[in-house]
Amino acid sequence: MELSRLPGFLFRRGVKAALVILAIVVCNFFLIHAAPGDPASVIAGQSGAADERFLAQLRQQFGLDQPLYVQLWIYLKGVLTLDLGFSHRQQQPVWTLIAERLPATLLLTGAAFAFALAAGITLGTMAARRVGTWADSLITTLALTFYATPLFWVGLMLVLLFSVWLEWLPSFGMMSVGVEMHGIAVVLDVASHLILPALTLGLFYLAVYARLTRATMLEVADQDFVKTARAKGVPEGQVVRRHVLRNALLPVITFAGIQAGQLIGGSILVETVFAWPGIGRLAFDALLARDYAVLLGVFFCTSVMVVLLNLATDLLYAVVDPRVEVEG
Amino acid sequence: MVVSRRGLLAAAGSAPVLMRASEALAQGIAPRRGGTLQTILTPEPPVLQLGVNNQGPTGIAGSKIFQGLLEYSPTLEPLPALAKSWNISPDGKEYVFHLQQNVKFHDGQPMTADDVVFSISKFHMEVSPRARAILALIETIEARDPHTVRIVLKQAFQPFLLIFHSTATCIVPKHLFDGQDYRTAPAVQRPIGTGAFKFAEWQRGNFIRLERFEEYWKPGQPYLDAIIYRIIPDSQSRRLALETGQVLLTQSSDIEPFDVPQLRQRPNLNVETKGWEYQGPLSWIELNHRVKPLDDARVRRAMSMAIDRNFIVNRLWFGVGKPATNPLASTTRFFDPAVKIAAFNVQAANALLDQAGFPRNAQGVRFTLKHMALPYGEIWTRLSEYLRQAMRNIGIAFELESTDAGSWARRVGNWEYETTINFVYQFGDPTMGVERTYVSSNIQRVTFTNTGGYSNPRVDALFQEGRTAAAVADRQRAFTEVQKVLVEEVPQIWLTELSFPTIHDKKLHNVITSGVGVHAPFDDVFIAG
Repeated sequence: MELSRLPGFLFRRGVKAALVILAIVVCNFFLIHAAPGDPASVIAGQSGAADERFLAQLRQQFGLDQPLYVQLWIYLKGVLTLDLGFSHRQQQPVWTLIAERLPATLLLTGAAFAFALAAGITLGTMAARRVGTWADSLITTLALTFYATPLFWVGLMLVLLFSVWLEWLPSFGMMSVGVEMHGIAVVLDVASHLILPALTLGLFYLAVYARLTRATMLEVADQDFVKTARAKGVPEGQVVRRHVLRNALLPVITFAGIQAGQLIGGSILVETVFAWPGIGRLAFDALLARDYAVLLGVFFCTSVMVVLLNLATDLLYAVVDPRVEVEG
Repeated sequence: MVVSRRGLLAAAGSAPVLMRASEALAQGIAPRRGGTLQTILTPEPPVLQLGVNNQGPTGIAGSKIFQGLLEYSPTLEPLPALAKSWNISPDGKEYVFHLQQNVKFHDGQPMTADDVVFSISKFHMEVSPRARAILALIETIEARDPHTVRIVLKQAFQPFLLIFHSTATCIVPKHLFDGQDYRTAPAVQRPIGTGAFKFAEWQRGNFIRLERFEEYWKPGQPYLDAIIYRIIPDSQSRRLALETGQVLLTQSSDIEPFDVPQLRQRPNLNVETKGWEYQGPLSWIELNHRVKPLDDARVRRAMSMAIDRNFIVNRLWFGVGKPATNPLASTTRFFDPAVKIAAFNVQAANALLDQAGFPRNAQGVRFTLKHMALPYGEIWTRLSEYLRQAMRNIGIAFELESTDAGSWARRVGNWEYETTINFVYQFGDPTMGVERTYVSSNIQRVTFTNTGGYSNPRVDALFQEGRTAAAVADRQRAFTEVQKVLVEEVPQIWLTELSFPTIHDKKLHNVITSGVGVHAPFDDVFIAG
């Protein structure tokens, strides 16, 4: 990669990304308002009693008595100044609500992603090197099983095994509550709560990466430059690492880039089963409550993350494969 | 002459305490101070300030932070809370409340009659639709002295004392709300009440922690150091949390009814279904009378007769709750056990529909109705599936529609449905929680009004009579009559008197001791060593 090209590349991509995000915000705004019901009717429905005045008061307080285009304009103005608005339902700025929950999701998805990628590529490589043997069969069978099993079911089974029968790990939450803890004890406590949800979330992607790595490695291994490397006497380990794996990783990176964005969406289920206080649950609850501002805020944050991750993927290509050049 | 209720009250107030103490002694257990109660709250409430938000979970946690003037026994007799006694004038228009001494808010300020007057005449009048409907009857309210509040009503209103529970009209600190927008005041985020537990910490999506209030007005109480409400969105995970002892108590809809039988088998758990008398929820098939042929009473009666309510209670709810017998829950005052809906009889129901002129077509279907399942958990979907089966037996095809909570509330509020399921709290008195579903003056585009659009001048007149009559006997006459009319007309198809299982570890004591159940202050709850 020529470093001189980088600023221009980043600038062009930045402009594109801003436009994409703006379009996403507008689309989301209309999509959300197209869903029947509004926050006032939800609150009325859950309060067990209501009258016209109550609904009118709520709608006025939430700004829902304004025409839709005015609401959109107010929201866009806010987003452009990085003000994601206010959740009238929860009486909190949206940014506060998201900032409270984002670390939990990043921890969970980060751990799951790292686990899936590391274990997936390792297993895929092992399978490819021993293709046709029992180890290969075992790995591909396992991968297929993880790939085909619903996430929530895997989660519940892991809980049954590790929390109920073995009593090794806690079944829900992110940390022990109501217990005084400091320093390393807190880290261990969070880690023990993290294992099951991260494993659940990671297993599916592990399967994808393992299968992908295996397939592309087998493809690359047949190519001439690998034969050449072997012919000139490069040790087998180096052939696999430098020549086969490095070339085989490109599709894996592409996939990982796309899926890093999906991990945030896919974590809703895992956050639900394990009562993990992350952003997926925040979005889901906001959807049910028609808490428009929060939902739009979450969409905004996740789309920004997806755009950033895509950008990172493109840059990573250039690092892994010198043939790829960064271009706007 | 002024009727004094002090004597009667003292007896009523002390009886449960004595009983509890003797019960505890019999088991060799003295209340133990200390320990943290880990429990669950589902779904997570948006704010904890009662009045500003009146959803179920807010009531459960909020009733630990806030108190009302009164609590209620299982038969809905008022018990002292922030009011230690009260007098009612013989004409039923004047109420004088004598307040407890030495009550403090969690910020250290004393609670006085001014706070009570403010809470009732300003705060709840502004924010709470249910309280507002009753409090609008107040002509004057004044603080006679720092510990006495006098209320004069425009007209006698016999069920007036039922509106003073914390979940209806909690006492809030005037100094933190007066002159501000009550809904957005800072105190809504950091609720300050007089309850046994003060708000300590809320990590959204994770837990709410309440701590013992050291200056609570009952000496030596509360016993618990803290209460932690965990937020666990998945019902199976909640069940696991209870089974593995990670929480000691579940309530309301935490546990799905179909999980209850297995939890009953656990030797360390207690399953209680009492404690919902004050709310008195009744479920029904909500019919939109604007949709033909639901305007035909014969059709509605036939549909009602096609339903096996024992099956619903025993096979779907596994014995939690009981079959509805008329429009009133049996715990609601003026319930007349002699007035009963027609018994389960599929043959008679079919005959009635034949007679009403709705023959079956070649597929055996008389007519088709849309049915919107209640989106509050799997149990309601199962109920609607059973009802589809039951209606098929009499040639009515139910087309199930599924929605989420927001759409459901909007569609019911806008009358955009044919049939659905609804359940409504009766709050102990027909005037408080039954009338609203049937009188024509309450046909509104708002959920929990008379959304079905049923209209009958006789029913209107009887509810009006029951509302305004000062004497209990006159009210009984009116309400018995209205029950008879409604049972004939079947404006809504009543299904069950709902109850919600309260499941707790046996070492947790005094969980359900009154008619408000888990909405009690929990100042006497303790964990045995």
